[in-house]
Amino acid sequence: MKKVLEGSHAVSEAVKLARVRVVSAYPITPQTHIVEAISEACAEGSLDARFICVESEHSAMAAAIGASSGGVRTFTATSSQGLAYMHELLHWASGARLPIVMAEVNRALAPGWNIWMDQTDSLAQRDTGWIQLYCEDGQEVLDTTLMAFRLAEEVNLPVMVVLDAFFLSHTWEPVDVPDRESADRFLPAFFPRVVVDTANPCNMGQMSPPGVYMEMRHSVQMAMQMAGECLNETEDAFYRVFNRKYGRIEQHLCEDAEIVLVAAGTAVGVCREVVSGLREEGEKVGLLKIRLFRPFPSKIVSEVLKRARKVAVIDRNCSFGVGGIFAQEIKAALFNSDHRPGVYSYIAGLGGRDITPDTVREIYRITRNTEKPEPESVWIGLRPDE
Amino acid sequence: MKPFDIPQNDYMYSGHVGCPGCGAAIAMKFALKALGEKTIIVMPACCWGVMSGSHPQTALKVPILHTAFASGAAAASGLRAALDMRGDTETTVMTWAGDGGTFDIGFQALSGAVERNEDFIYACYDNEAYMNTGVQRSSATPAGARTTTTPGKDWKRTRKKNIVEALAAHRITYAATASIAFPEDMILKFKKAKSLKGGSRFIHIFASCPTGWRMPSEMSVKIARLAVRTNLFPLYEVEEGVRYTLNYTGDRPVKDYLKLQGRFAHLTDQDMDAIQKMVDEDWKQLQKKI
Ligand SMILES: Cc1ncc(C[n+]2csc(CCOP(=O)(O)OP(=O)(O)O)c2C)c(N)n1
Ligand SMILES: [Mg+2]
Repeated sequence: MKKVLEGSHAVSEAVKLARVRVVSAYPITPQTHIVEAISEACAEGSLDARFICVESEHSAMAAAIGASSGGVRTFTATSSQGLAYMHELLHWASGARLPIVMAEVNRALAPGWNIWMDQTDSLAQRDTGWIQLYCEDGQEVLDTTLMAFRLAEEVNLPVMVVLDAFFLSHTWEPVDVPDRESADRFLPAFFPRVVVDTANPCNMGQMSPPGVYMEMRHSVQMAMQMAGECLNETEDAFYRVFNRKYGRIEQHLCEDAEIVLVAAGTAVGVCREVVSGLREEGEKVGLLKIRLFRPFPSKIVSEVLKRARKVAVIDRNCSFGVGGIFAQEIKAALFNSDHRPGVYSYIAGLGGRDITPDTVREIYRITRNTEKPEPESVWIGLRPDE
Repeated sequence: MKPFDIPQNDYMYSGHVGCPGCGAAIAMKFALKALGEKTIIVMPACCWGVMSGSHPQTALKVPILHTAFASGAAAASGLRAALDMRGDTETTVMTWAGDGGTFDIGFQALSGAVERNEDFIYACYDNEAYMNTGVQRSSATPAGARTTTTPGKDWKRTRKKNIVEALAAHRITYAATASIAFPEDMILKFKKAKSLKGGSRFIHIFASCPTGWRMPSEMSVKIARLAVRTNLFPLYEVEEGVRYTLNYTGDRPVKDYLKLQGRFAHLTDQDMDAIQKMVDEDWKQLQKKI
C-alpha cells in the first residue's frame, strides 16, 4: 500500500515487517524517529519484540550482539557519534558472524557539533566487516532494510543500511509499504546457524591464538566475498515478490559516456537531474550510483568505468590526508584494469551543505576542462577567504 | 550457620589455565555448583576470559559468551531478551566479570542494566586489580596497595570504591558480598540470587590473587578468610537496596591481613593504623544500616 512516509519510518516499517525480536538502541539525532516508531510498535503490540533502552551505543551494539547470539532477529539504529562509540563492537559483531541489521543515518562528526548529512561516520567503519548499503530514496530505504535481514542471515554478516541525514531520514515521500503476507514470503523466519545453548555448551568468542585466528579472519573475508553474489540473489527473490530491484550499483547512461559521475546516497538523485540536462545539451555524460560499498563491487565498477575517459567522484566525506573515500575505492578498483580513466576526486556537501544541481554542474565542468586529475581531492563550494 | 552440604555436581572441568591458588577459579566452581547446568555465562575480558580456555577448548560445562570488556551487563541484557523472546525463561544468564570490568570500564553498562532491572545475575570476582594485563590498579584496589601502576612511593592512597553501596543506591533486587573462604555462604547466596529471578542480582566475590598480591599460592583461602575476619570485606546482603543482613562479624585487626601480602609490605605501622581507621569507619557505616 502506498503511504507517505518519512525515510526514518520507511526503516521502522521494514523492521516491523521483518518480525524483528530484539531491538536495542540509544537516541541520537537524526536516528531518533526510527527507534521511537519501533518502541511505539512494541508498546502497542504491532511488533512482538523486546525493546531494550540501553544507556549508550556501546551497550546498544553489545546488547544486539547478546541477542543475536541468543538466536533471534536483531536490529539497532544509530548515527555519527553513536556509530563511532560502537566501533569496538562493530568488529565484534562481524567477527562473531552475527546477522545484525543496523540503520545508520549519515551525520557529521564533531567538533563542531553538526547533526547534518555527511558520510564520514559510516565510511570510517569500512574495515569493521559490516556489509554497507547506501540508499537514494525512501522506497529504497524500506526495501533495502527488508533485504538486509535476508542478506545478513544468508552470509552471517551484519548489514548497515545507510541513509542520508534529513535529506532522507526526515523527508516525506510516497513509499509502497509491502503487506504482511508478501513480506513473509520474501523474508522467512530466522533460523540461526549458531546459538548459545545450554544443551550444547560452547565457549564462544574465546581466546584464539595465532594458530586459529587467521583462519577465522579468512572466513569473514570469504563471507564478504560471497556477499555481493548473495545480494544479487536476495534482490532476485525480492523482485519476484515486489517487482523492484536496485543492484549493487546502477549505471545510468554510461554506455557511451566520456565522463561518468560517481555518487552514493541522495546526491545520486541530483546527479540524475544534471546528467539528463547535460545529455540534452549534447554532453556525453553518465552516472554510476554506488549502492553496495562493502563488499566493494570492484569488478563491476571497473567494467562500467573502463569505457569512460574521465570519472568524477563526488565524496560527501573526507579521510584526512588522503581525501574522498569513494574516490580511493574507485581508483583501487581500476588500478589493475587495462583501461584506466582519470579519476577526479571531489569533496562536496559536508556537514549538511547542499549538493545542488549547480554543484554537480561545476564538478562536471571542472572535470571536462581539466586535462589531468589534481593530485589531491578538489573541494567544491568552499567559502572564499576561510 | 547450619551444617551444609556442598553440591556434588561440578560444572568446571579438571583443568584451566589460571595461576596456582587462583581465587577466581574457586569462585566459579562454587557459583556454578549453586546455579546448575541451565546457566549461560557472559564474560567480558578478564583473567577468566583466558582461563576458560583457548579455541577449541573450554573449562566449563556451561556455555560461555565472551564479550568486549565494557559490555558484560549489556550483552547479558540482549541475551536475556533473546531467551525470553524464544520462550526460555528458565535459563539463568550470569555475567561473570572481574573488578575492572565491573567497577571501572563496565560500570556504566552495569548501572544501566540494573536501573532497567534486567533479569540476570551479575557476579564480580574481585581480585582488586587488572590482573590479566599484569596487576594494574583498578578502582577496586584498596588503599595501601602497590600495583604496577601505583608503584613505589605512589602506592594507592584512595579508598576502594564501594560497589555494593553503589548498586544498593540503584535499589537493586539483590546484592550480596561473598568470599571464596566461605563456600557455604557463597553457595547460599548464589542460590538465593537464582531464586530471585525477575530482577537484577549482584554478587561481589572476594577472590584472592596470589600472583598480584605477592603471596604464596597456598595462602589464597586464608587471606580471603582474614579479609572477612578483619571486617575489611564484610559478608552481607542487601535486598531492594534497603534491607541489610550482616552474615559475619569479624574480630581481628586489619594488620593481620595486611602483613601477609607483598603488595602491602611497604606500609608503616602508621599507614596500617590509618587503614584500620578506614575499615572501622566503613564497618560503623555498615552497621548503621543493619
Ligand atoms: C576496551 C579494552 N580496554 C582494555 C582491555 C585490556 N584488558 C583486558 S583484561 C583487562 C583487565 C581486566 O581486569 P579485571 O576486570 O579486574 O579482571 P582480572 O583480569 O583482574 O581477572 C584489561 C585492561 C580490553 N580488553 N578492552
Ligand atoms: Mg581484577
